[in-house]
Amino acid sequence: MSDMTQAAEAAIDTQSQEYLVFSLGSEEYAVDILKVQEIRGYENVTRIANAPDFIKGVTNLRGVIVPIVDLRIKFHLDKVEYEGQTVVIVVNVADRVVGIVVDGVSDVMTLSSDQIKPAPEFGETLSADYLSGLGSLEDRMLVIVDIEKLLTSEEMALVEQQAQ
Amino acid sequence: MDITEFYETFFEEAEELLGDMERHLLELDLDEPDPEQLNAIFRAAHSIKGGAGTFGFSVLQETTHMLENLLDYARQGELTLRTDIVDLFLETKDMLHDQLNAYRNGDEPDPEAFARICQTLKQLALEELGRGVGSEPDAEIASPEHVTEKAERSAVEEAVEQEAAAAPQEAAPSADSGWLRVVLLNVSDKDRELLVEELGNLGTVTEQHGDAARYEVVLESATSRDDIEAVMCFIVEPEQLSVAAIAAPAEPTQGAPETTSASAVSQDDAPVSEAPAAAERAEAPAEEKAPARAATGDKPANAAPGGKGGGAKKKTGGESATIRVPVEKVDQIINLVGELIITQSMLDQTASELDVAAHGPLVNGMNLLQRNARDLQESVMSIRMVPMDYVFSRFPRLVRDLTGKLGKDIELVTEGQSTELDKSLTERIIDPLTHLVRNSLDHGIEMPDEREAAGKPRTGQLTLSAQHQGGNILIEVKDDGGGLNREKILAKAAHNGLTVSDSMSDDEVWQLIFAAGFSTADQVSDVSGRGVGMDVVKRNIQAMGGHVEIQSWPGKGTTTRVVLPLTLAILDGMSIKSGPEIFILPLSAVLESLQPSNDDIYSMAGNDKLLKVRDEYLPLIALYDILNIEGAEQDPTQCIAVILQAEGRRYALLVDDLVGQQQVVVKNLETNYRKVPAISAATILGDGSVALILDVADINRLHRQRANAPKHAELTASRQEDVVS
Repeated sequence: MSDMTQAAEAAIDTQSQEYLVFSLGSEEYAVDILKVQEIRGYENVTRIANAPDFIKGVTNLRGVIVPIVDLRIKFHLDKVEYEGQTVVIVVNVADRVVGIVVDGVSDVMTLSSDQIKPAPEFGETLSADYLSGLGSLEDRMLVIVDIEKLLTSEEMALVEQQAQ
Repeated sequence: MDITEFYETFFEEAEELLGDMERHLLELDLDEPDPEQLNAIFRAAHSIKGGAGTFGFSVLQETTHMLENLLDYARQGELTLRTDIVDLFLETKDMLHDQLNAYRNGDEPDPEAFARICQTLKQLALEELGRGVGSEPDAEIASPEHVTEKAERSAVEEAVEQEAAAAPQEAAPSADSGWLRVVLLNVSDKDRELLVEELGNLGTVTEQHGDAARYEVVLESATSRDDIEAVMCFIVEPEQLSVAAIAAPAEPTQGAPETTSASAVSQDDAPVSEAPAAAERAEAPAEEKAPARAATGDKPANAAPGGKGGGAKKKTGGESATIRVPVEKVDQIINLVGELIITQSMLDQTASELDVAAHGPLVNGMNLLQRNARDLQESVMSIRMVPMDYVFSRFPRLVRDLTGKLGKDIELVTEGQSTELDKSLTERIIDPLTHLVRNSLDHGIEMPDEREAAGKPRTGQLTLSAQHQGGNILIEVKDDGGGLNREKILAKAAHNGLTVSDSMSDDEVWQLIFAAGFSTADQVSDVSGRGVGMDVVKRNIQAMGGHVEIQSWPGKGTTTRVVLPLTLAILDGMSIKSGPEIFILPLSAVLESLQPSNDDIYSMAGNDKLLKVRDEYLPLIALYDILNIEGAEQDPTQCIAVILQAEGRRYALLVDDLVGQQQVVVKNLETNYRKVPAISAATILGDGSVALILDVADINRLHRQRANAPKHAELTASRQEDVVS
């Protein structure tokens, strides 16, 4: 019996994935690390007129023009400050490069599928459609974001929907 | 070595030859065909046949063979060319093109189409000449050509008599199995091996010797001299090769007859010494093949002007000076150079803060780097530029086909074919331009009788022209037809539910035809008039960063002007400041800039402001208003008004300050983001930050939309326009 459990656990372990954990205010979020291209500081962002407020503008990433999204504004966090700790996670989704502003990046974690619980229906700010689930790690809870779905969604206004 | 390595070369050459063939066929004056042109057409067919034979493309070979035979009769004057025959030749050319593409894609050409064209060509030969084509041996073609060559030479060389006597003997064995001496001059070892191997496929190589400067191969083969040359020409230049029939293998080295004729030639030139005589001897076989060519090269005084060889040589000379490179490779270089320029300006900015005295060598180095980087950028950009001929050359055929179909008489004139344009734009302009040409042919130019009644020449004229205008290229499609019908357009527009009034200016009326689903043609023809198109034309041209205007005069004709930027990759920009933000204005749209005084600013209907510039009232648009910029100067008299022109409209844009002029590398915003209103693209400034490039036409549109918002009627109109644009 115990042998079987171990075997089952081993099978689950092979399905485990690595996530990049970042913080927005006091909450912890995680994204699939394979979508992450790099992490850099927040600087030199050129504002885009008449864009939603959470789109901070565009920046130059080694010759590529990359839009910068502030998830703190998108998720209606109280405190939005730009300081030394503020970093931009550059992600690669749907053949696009997008930077997301977060309060800090803490670590990279491996979560097996049994550590990921289904996400409950959320409130208005973050629809469950954009979540892969909730990661439970001892006393921590990680909100696992399906960053590709979120950034290509209509409400993010990053991608022209007709073009899709 | 594998012969398939040369497939691509053959396909490309064949394609060019087909292009030449079509051009000559179209230019041909049927009443008095120019023998040079007929020769050129014949040669093109002949070269393709030769290559096709070598590579085993039998269908292509047979089709060209039949065409070639017919062309030969035409060249000899036995076949009188008529329009329908030229049509058939053009059709055959299209068929050859299809076959070529099929081979290129590794398919077999359509056998039915092949059978059909064979039948048609045979039919033509039977009707016109009373004999078949296709079955005759190559000698039929080979020998007349030799005779012509001999004739050409007689005009040039006095020594011709001796050789003319030898001519029949030379030509005769080429039909059956015979001995040929192939002489290769200045051919590299690698090419030579390949050539000898190739000759081995055509016959039996019985002897070979010599060095890189002159290598002789004796071949026993049933292949004609021309075919051998056609095969070899894919590897070496014609000048490097000579093929001569020889009587017997017994004297394969320095053949006595050639020596005699060669020394006779050399005696014409004054200094007779051992050395030149030997040189002449070496060149003698080359002269046997193409005397005019050799004469042009060696003895300019005797050169036959416009001779067969002369033309061919010029062409091959041009080819050897070009290389074919995939566009992606060029684009990659252009991107990298763009990055280099940005890095260079970043370095430059850092270096400019240093003390020149302490860092003299570094500053000097930076200056040098800047110059080199700019030169490099310019040279790289010029790689992408191709002449407009690339676009215009496809219209003679279209005009010819359509005039035939419509029963009109139209002459096509092209101007400014050498004007250069970015390659990516030339490809995208073809479709819109084709549409405009079709429109002019179908609706613009009247039937000959109508024209005569209106006191115009029966032959209509369609002019295609291209010219540079600042950073733009101006392409015009001009016809001398009936012009646009104002009443008809207005009626049709009203019928389509567009908001129109009789007081609209002509320009505004002409713009209506760019609305979707608009056609005033009384009858829908299969040429045009289905009402799809002009809106697509306008959209395509706007997508390329250009715009289109129409000018029309009743009874005199219509001119459509397409203005395009020369390239999409680089832009001459003026950087301006509004509040804390920097923007780039395309310099091509900037007319002038001035500081407005209070006396020149008038308000109209409340919020709208007008600026009076030299007796002209221009709408005054504040950039901070359009883009919601905070901290910008609100007092117009403290601002700079930049007068801009877009889509035929002028307006003044209020900005805080002019920063400077600079060339910027255009970066697409839509790669990672989306289209932004009033912004056309982005660029990277010297300090590494991003600046947005303003869309001059879109700013005006946004402004009018806002201004018109309260007035219901005009709102509908502006919406309509949005749909169109």
